[in-house]
Order: sequence, then C-alpha cells, then structure tokens
Amino acid sequence: MAPSENVLLDEDELFARVEDALKHETRDRANLIPLLQTVQRLCSYIPESAVRLLAGHFDISPCEVYGVATFYNQFRFNPPGRHQIKVCMGTACHVRGGDIILENFSRKLGIDEGETTEDREFSLERVACVGCCALAPVAVIGETVHGKMAPSKVEGLILGFQIEKDRAERGKTQDDRTK
Amino acid sequence: MTEQNEPFRIREKYERLRRKAEEVKAAEAGSDEPVITVAMATCGIASGAIDTFNSIKETAQELDLQVRLRTVGCTGHCYAEPVVVIDHPSSGFPPLMYHGVSSGKARMIVKSFLRDGDPLFEHVLGATTESEDFPGVMDFPRFNREKRVIMETCGVVDPDHILEYIAYGGYSALAGSLETTPAQIIETIRSSGLRGRGGAGFETGRKWALAAEAPGDRKYVICNADEGDPGAYMDRTVLESSPHQVIEGIAICAYAVGAAEAVMYIRAEYPLAVSTVERALEQAEQNNLIGKNVLGTGFSIHIRVFKGSGAFVCGEETALIASIQGERGTPRYRPPYPATRGLNGAPTVINNVKTLASVPPIISRGAEWYRSIGAAGSPGTAVFSVVGDVVHPGLVEIPTGISLRSLIFDVCGGIPRKKKFKAVQIGGPSGGCLSEEFLDVPVDFDSLREAGAMMGSGGIVVMDEDSCMVDVARYFLEFTRNESCGKCTFCRIGTAQLLEILNRITIGEGKEEDLEMLEELCEDISAGSLCALGKTAPNPVLTSLRYFRDEYEAHILEGRCPACVCRVLTAYYIDLDRCARGCDACVGSCPVEAIFTTANRKKGVDQTLCVKCGECAVACPSEYDAVRRVSPPSLAPVVPKPVTE
Repeated sequence: MAPSENVLLDEDELFARVEDALKHETRDRANLIPLLQTVQRLCSYIPESAVRLLAGHFDISPCEVYGVATFYNQFRFNPPGRHQIKVCMGTACHVRGGDIILENFSRKLGIDEGETTEDREFSLERVACVGCCALAPVAVIGETVHGKMAPSKVEGLILGFQIEKDRAERGKTQDDRTK
Repeated sequence: MTEQNEPFRIREKYERLRRKAEEVKAAEAGSDEPVITVAMATCGIASGAIDTFNSIKETAQELDLQVRLRTVGCTGHCYAEPVVVIDHPSSGFPPLMYHGVSSGKARMIVKSFLRDGDPLFEHVLGATTESEDFPGVMDFPRFNREKRVIMETCGVVDPDHILEYIAYGGYSALAGSLETTPAQIIETIRSSGLRGRGGAGFETGRKWALAAEAPGDRKYVICNADEGDPGAYMDRTVLESSPHQVIEGIAICAYAVGAAEAVMYIRAEYPLAVSTVERALEQAEQNNLIGKNVLGTGFSIHIRVFKGSGAFVCGEETALIASIQGERGTPRYRPPYPATRGLNGAPTVINNVKTLASVPPIISRGAEWYRSIGAAGSPGTAVFSVVGDVVHPGLVEIPTGISLRSLIFDVCGGIPRKKKFKAVQIGGPSGGCLSEEFLDVPVDFDSLREAGAMMGSGGIVVMDEDSCMVDVARYFLEFTRNESCGKCTFCRIGTAQLLEILNRITIGEGKEEDLEMLEELCEDISAGSLCALGKTAPNPVLTSLRYFRDEYEAHILEGRCPACVCRVLTAYYIDLDRCARGCDACVGSCPVEAIFTTANRKKGVDQTLCVKCGECAVACPSEYDAVRRVSPPSLAPVVPKPVTE
C-alpha cells in the first residue's frame, strides 16, 4: 500500500497545483463535480482555498461550491492521515458487527470517525458499502481491503504499521550515523 | 438513416471482426499449453487474487513451465474466492475449478498439477465442463439452479479484451439491430416484457418508446451504475466482468431512441469498474462498434463516463441528472419524466446496468425466448447479492418467480453453524424485513411489493436468530437519515425523529406509546416525500413492526433484547462452572482489559469496563465454551473482583 505522497504538503503548494489544473478547464457548470474530484485527487482533500478558486473559475459564490461539495460523500474537508482507514458500514458488515470494528479503531487510535490523529499517521472514517459483502466485516486501509475483521485483528494491523514506522525511523537514524 | 444496401455492409463488417476474433481464439486453443484463469474483480482482489496471480506467474517462471495466464472478472461465487480455473488439455483432465486459492496453495497446485501431473483433487471444486468420469461444478445447486442472462459472460470473457467478447458472439446483437429499424427494436423489447432492473420495475419498452416519440434533435441515454444500496454490488460486478455487454446494450438503446450521446454514471468508489469501462469504451471505439459512423451505418454514439461522487439519492433519475449537470443531487417533481425532459432538458432514457445488459441477449434470441424465462408478470432473470448468514454468499442470477426459500436454502446453502433462520431483508434501505412465513413468496416485482418489501436493486441480507430486528431497522434508518437530500421536510425531519425513537428503544428507554408513534410517522413520511427515497424509507420499520412486533415489545416492556445484540441491553459473563482454572485465552483477546482473574484463578468480566464486542466468546476454547451472553444485563451474576495491592 502506497501512502499518499501529497498528504503532508502545505496549502500554498496545493493551491499552486489546483491553480495549474484549472488553467485548461472549461467554465461549463457540468464540469464542477469532475473538477472537485480533480482537486481531491491532487490534494487528498478539498482545502478552503480551492473552494474559493473554483468559485472564481465558475463565477459562482464559494458557498455554492461548498454546498455541492458537502452534498456528496466523496469529498472531505480535512487532510487525511498517511494511512486512511475506512470501516465498511454496509448491511452485511453491520449484521456481522461492523460497528464494533469501528469502535475498536476509534479506541485504539484515540480519534472519532471523520478525524485524523495528531501525528497525521491515521485517519478514520465510515463508508457506506465497499461491495465486498461476502467478506464482512470489512475495513479498507489505503487501497488494501481487509476482510473478516475482528477486534484482535484491529490491534494487529495498527501494531504492524507502528513497527513498520519504527523500523523506517531506525533505518534513517542509522543512515545518519553512517554519514 | 439506413439505405437499401446497408444491411449487407453491416453484416459484412461485423463478420470480418468476428472472424478476426475467432482466429485469435483458435490460435490459442490450438496450442497445447495449459491455460490458468484467475477471477480478479474487486471482491476477488479483496480476498487476495493479486497475490494468487503473482504466485502462479512466479512459480511457472521458476519451474520453466509454459502456461498462459488469463484474468477474468467475477464468477459470482464470493464464498469461494479466489477462484482459479486450470485448463490443462494434455493431462487428460477437464478444466478444473479450484476454490479459496491463496498464494501458497496456488504455488502448490501449479507445481503438483502442471509439473507432476497430480491435480490435487482435495482443492478442486469441480470440472467446469460436463464429463463422464469427473464431477462437474454444474452438479451443485449453487451452479445449476442459476440461469445466467445478465451475467452470461461474467467470469467467462476477459473484460480487458474486446475480441474475447466478440468471439463469444458479442456485438452481433448491435449489428443485427442496425439492420432493422428503431421501431422494430422497441417492439422487440416491449414484447419481451423486460422491466427495469433498477428496482421500480418500469417497463423498459415503454420508456424507450416515450423517449423515441418525444420531440427533439438531441437525446441522451444514461446508464445508471450509481449503486448506493449497502449490501448490493451486482452492477459493479457486471461492469468489471463484462463491460462490453452493457456498452452493446447502450448502443442498441441509443439507436432505438435516436440518441447520439450516452453517459455511464458510475460511482467513484468503484475505481476498478471505472477503469475497466474506460478501457472497454476505447476498445469498442477502435473497432468502430461505438463512436462515429458505427459499422459504416451513419449512426453515431458517443459514450462517456461520469464519476458519481457518492450520494444515495442520485440513484433517483432526476437527482442523477442534476448531479451530471454539476448541481446538488436533489430530485425534482415528475412529470415531466426524463423520457421527455431529462439531461439538459432533452429526452433521456435512464436504465440500470442490468437492464441494459439484458438487451443484447433479448435482441439476439428474440422476445419469445426471454418471455419464456421466469414469472409471467416480470419475465427474465434477476441478479441478487445474497449476503449475511448464508453458507454460500455471492451473486446469484435466477429466473424470477422462484421462492425465497429455494433461493436461500437450495441455491445458497442455508444458514451456517446450525443456526435458525430468522428474517430476510430484501431491497436495501427501501425494502423490508420478511419473516419465515414469507419464505414461499415468489421473487418478482409484484409479489414482493405485496409482502411489503421490494425487489430494489437486489440486495438480500439473510439473518439468523442472532440478529435483532429493531437494530436492523435502526441501522437502515440511520442510513436514510444520513442520505436524505433534505429537500422534503417529512423525509429530512421525519427520518431523524424515527431514528431518535429507535435509538431510544435500543438502549432500553422506549415508551409504550412509541410503537404507535412510529407507525404514524412512517405513514406521514411516505405521504410527504417527493422521491422513492423518502417514500420507501419507512419500509424497514413498518415491516419489522408488522412481523416482529414482539421484539419491539421485549425491548420496551422488559428492557431485553431477545437476540442479545443491542449492547446496552446485554451483558457478557463467564460461567464459572465451565471456566478452566489457569486458562488465559480470553484475557489477551479483550481490547479493554475488562477480564480479571478471580480468587480461585478463574476469570470474570468487569461489567463497568466491558464494551461487549464478543471477542472473549470467540477466544474461549470450544471445550470450555464458558462465555455467556444475557439480556437484560441484570441476569449476569456478579463475580467479585479481587482487590489488587
């Protein structure tokens, strides 16, 4: 799983990217949602500055853009973590205890759904259905689908990421030392 | 549009393409090398099909074996994923289907079968072709009770190679349609009795006729793949596994109604479906099957993909159109129906993926053939995603009219773990929960509606005795409350109120008059809402109230959840007579460290810490089986916790 590279960029950098992307686009209103999707792809979320930029592009008010963007579940307005955790809340997952899985992530990470941990490592959200109902309950981390989840598996996954991170950091300090 | 000598030219052009496809296929069949097919749709990938695929590839390279690796979409047998089919003609065995092939197992099978000639029968599900001396998969009811029309080519053709679909006979329906007149096509669809597979069941032929008759030069076709129902994923599977069948259906529809533009509205949450369809569109255009001047006829159809951003209400056709136009997806009053005033104010046909995928087979084989399948009132087949507590979950395509009992118990293998059947939920958030007495209801649009449920998009969730119906109703209401677009007051506020009452009941604070209030609110929401979301939102509550009223009463009057699901009303405790002294199996499993050791080295649960996740019940070794679940929580015995220094 490749953690999104642009997760940790600052807003100025993101702004420049969005501005660049807008240059070649038509001002046809039907293009608004595809452009919001482009912004989300570039920035991993919809920054406020991008909303203003889009409003200028289409010559509509920022609250109109915001209204459309918030209507749809796809768009998020706070920066996601390096590892985006999505817990499926589809019918099959619910019947098999999806809410318990969400609760376990939430307890383990100390954040509620829709939030990001302070170190920007993890963000947690619920999704309606990822369409792998036969594997319920399901959690998606980054691009990887984890089926047949259980509370003990939640701990294992988070521990796995922490070990990975520790190892990477240790590798870095060792590199520094050898330099 | 068609000139006198046109039909001849269309056929000729198509046959040339077909010959090319068949030559490629014949060249492959001619060689003796084994063919390994891996099912790689989203659900297959989720179960690890990518690792399986790579492992097969590496093993074959390591052992220097000549094999041809193929990927197909989904076969619908989710319980068996990852599925691998090995066709090794020189071994003398028929093509064999393997199930649950992890990467390690794949390595073992490739080594053993392809190198040493032993197919490892213990991992084989069956042969995919009929053979005298080998049990075939078609001997299983999960296979032979199905009738595949919509999913005919799913898991059979490679979705990324248009020639495979053409070699299978694909696009011949389009070529055939272009030889006839639009009116004839509409007549065929009308007399086939095809009804919209999106849920409401409107007659497709009538919809097409309306759009064809509507005045206007610009007309549109929209393929609705905004599959929002939690628990339904057949549209995604069809698009990922057989995109060309849908594209062919769109092209035929466009020709019939006189449209030159089509939009495929696919959820952005389905990235694989989007990329598969985009590639398929490109290939179809390269082969002159869509785009300008299709097969030299002067008929043009431009198809583009619009990525839907995820709003349940956008499954409603007027909301979907608003969304394509860059607005918030709120429905508007109908009429005018989209067939007369739709996208950009032009006549628009909106059909579901499965409806459009049914079109090519109907055109090829005729209306009579289609009418002969399934129930009289709604002929044809229906695709269901059967999930929840069943032995063989997955996608099932059956002729309409077979009973729910047959679908759940014969086709899908019944309830696992020797549990009892309790209820079946059909049609997602707009459908209803049916109890055991409705198991003999035939599955078709009209019978289900009479029972209070609906076909919807075809999601079926089977629930065993461990499911709480109040909780299920609450779950669906939470979903519709979140997804209500907010336009109609009754839907926006009514669903919130319904949810609040249900929440209260599930935590044991329900009042006796709540049940009446629920019923009243349900009626008001249905009456006061514009679109199907609001009109059907109360269905889960109404049906569960009707068929499982005793459960509501147990929650309200006794503070007890009969299925021990509602967490505030349940407690876990450890049966000290069964708990083994010195065993620590449950301690590590507890995420909140609620399990303590008693004075005589057995275990107890600290009720103030317990979050009721049930992990200890899973962890407890089956020979002790000491973890108990009770409702109301006051039934749990109090085990003294030793005071630690």
